[in-house]
Amino acid sequence: MLEGEVIVSYKGAPSQPLFDGILSVADERLAALEQKSKIRKKVYHIMIEALQNVYHHTQGEGVQKSESPETVLFVLSKHTTGYEISTGNYIPTSLVATLQAHIERINRSSADEIKQLYREQLHGGEVSVKGGAGLGIIDIARRSGEKLVYAFEDTGEDNSFFSLKVKVSA
Amino acid sequence: MENFFLEGTNKTPQLDFNSNEGRFLIAGRSIPENSIEFYKPLFEWLDNYVGQAKSNTILDVKLEYFNTSSSKCLVEIFRKLEALQQKNDNVLINWYYEEDDEDMQESGEDFQEIIDVKIVLNQMEEEE
Repeated sequence: MLEGEVIVSYKGAPSQPLFDGILSVADERLAALEQKSKIRKKVYHIMIEALQNVYHHTQGEGVQKSESPETVLFVLSKHTTGYEISTGNYIPTSLVATLQAHIERINRSSADEIKQLYREQLHGGEVSVKGGAGLGIIDIARRSGEKLVYAFEDTGEDNSFFSLKVKVSA
Repeated sequence: MENFFLEGTNKTPQLDFNSNEGRFLIAGRSIPENSIEFYKPLFEWLDNYVGQAKSNTILDVKLEYFNTSSSKCLVEIFRKLEALQQKNDNVLINWYYEEDDEDMQESGEDFQEIIDVKIVLNQMEEEE
């Protein structure tokens, strides 16, 4: 499934100190790998947002603790064309339709439309206690400039596994 | 009233709000998981400040990274400065970004679009 060179990867239970650790390792390795600070910052920024999305999902209401819904996945890899940031986490199946519609809308939008969408949300959207505000994925898409690649895998339980792949060309 | 000062960490910015001089600074990284919790004391301090308005207020924003939940909080801060401006105060926001950081420049433009206070975009020389 993975090609290219893995810079950081993690699979297991989520925790905030762990995410902080992933970010700081990635930051260090990117500094050594990537000469252009513009690209480095873009990748790092998307990582922050992507990991916080995962974190909020795992903190969110509704993820059934049966099976192993605690498992999250994170991979940062380098390819000939640029970087790839992949995340995976369980979400309640009841949220799949809304999230899918949100991503599809973003993927159908031009760069300029995404910018407008972001501004509308920033202007009007309420901040949820979780801090989500629906902005995260829009922000990721805007910075990436590429279509979001995603999948939902029904686990047969009340949870679905949501995976998201974000590309940054360098 | 007292000044508001908070040392920066690798996830939260330095906040240096001087009420006597009307000179404010937000600098560093703003990527806490719960931004509202982090910014709440500052919101309250600002409400107080707006209540006893000075004639000039300048806010310098020099952020390296900020997450989307922080961006909502920045809107909240800027809105309070809008309220200050409506009381005939002179309010200015300086938005700093590094030379090649187009994303940060665009963020400044986002706020210019949304906020009814003068926001000046300032390019900084790259550190490296």
